[in-house]
Amino acid sequence: MKAAVITFPGSNRDGDVAKALRQAGAAVEHVWHGDHELPAGTDLVVLPGGFSYGDYLRCGAIAGRAHIMDATRAHAARGGLVLGICNGFQIACEAGLLPGVLARNADLKFVCKRQHLKVERNDTAFTSAYAKGQTIDVCIAHGEGNYICDPETLARLEGEGLVAFRYADADGNVTAAANPNGSLNGIAGIYSPGRNVLGLMPHPENLIDGLVGGTDGRGMFASLVGAKKAA
Amino acid sequence: MKARVTVTLKTGVLDPQGKAIEGALKSLGIDGVGSVRQGKVFDIELDGADKAAAEAALKAACEKLLANTVIENYRVELQA
Repeated sequence: MKAAVITFPGSNRDGDVAKALRQAGAAVEHVWHGDHELPAGTDLVVLPGGFSYGDYLRCGAIAGRAHIMDATRAHAARGGLVLGICNGFQIACEAGLLPGVLARNADLKFVCKRQHLKVERNDTAFTSAYAKGQTIDVCIAHGEGNYICDPETLARLEGEGLVAFRYADADGNVTAAANPNGSLNGIAGIYSPGRNVLGLMPHPENLIDGLVGGTDGRGMFASLVGAKKAA
Repeated sequence: MKARVTVTLKTGVLDPQGKAIEGALKSLGIDGVGSVRQGKVFDIELDGADKAAAEAALKAACEKLLANTVIENYRVELQA
């Protein structure tokens, strides 16, 4: 598994996700947003968390138009894997890789806390190490994570099984009380129609070491490395 | 040539910032405030004097970057 982690001005979780990928056995290259090409043999492009361009204009709007995003869109169109985490999810939406918008949290508060998620399906390159319906304990840190889209898009996401994760309580119940930001249907992450692009607001890369509180995030990186071996 | 681009949220899109501002105005005792929606204004200086070319460039700017047309509308005004 060869991963390219893109660094935009204001990215700050690129190091963490690189560490999580290396721990799972991936080879990682850091790529600057102004580059036009991905490294040869890239299997996975990661759009990391942070505050690209200081969240100016709209979160992810300017990064979504960076040179490297043309190469990333071409990679995704070929079926290549793309993972957008937090600001990376916002960038993926702004770049047209995923539908919808991450709007300001409904209660206007920046949320930074542990959060349970329900894994909707485990037959994807990102989630095969989890069980279907499993509840995982990761964390969230965002001010604009309120996923919204038009009713037709929402119906398509639900009908085609493109919801990846939902905000849940510790028992896996998807409830309004467990929804930290007002997202439609408790959506925490979505796939592209080919399920080769995943965007999610939570940070699995935070929870990869028992020393810092948990290891439920490891499954995603183990899945990705496993997907490459299986291919 | 100068232009002003105004970007506003589409009707029906939740605007928690506008709601918070609305609440603050009401708490200041400013009478008659029904509701508030927050938007963005861009003042843009353009090279050249061709009005049609300027309008085309501004439309492209809005579609490609200034507005997210999933949730936002835009309006372009050219100023002499």
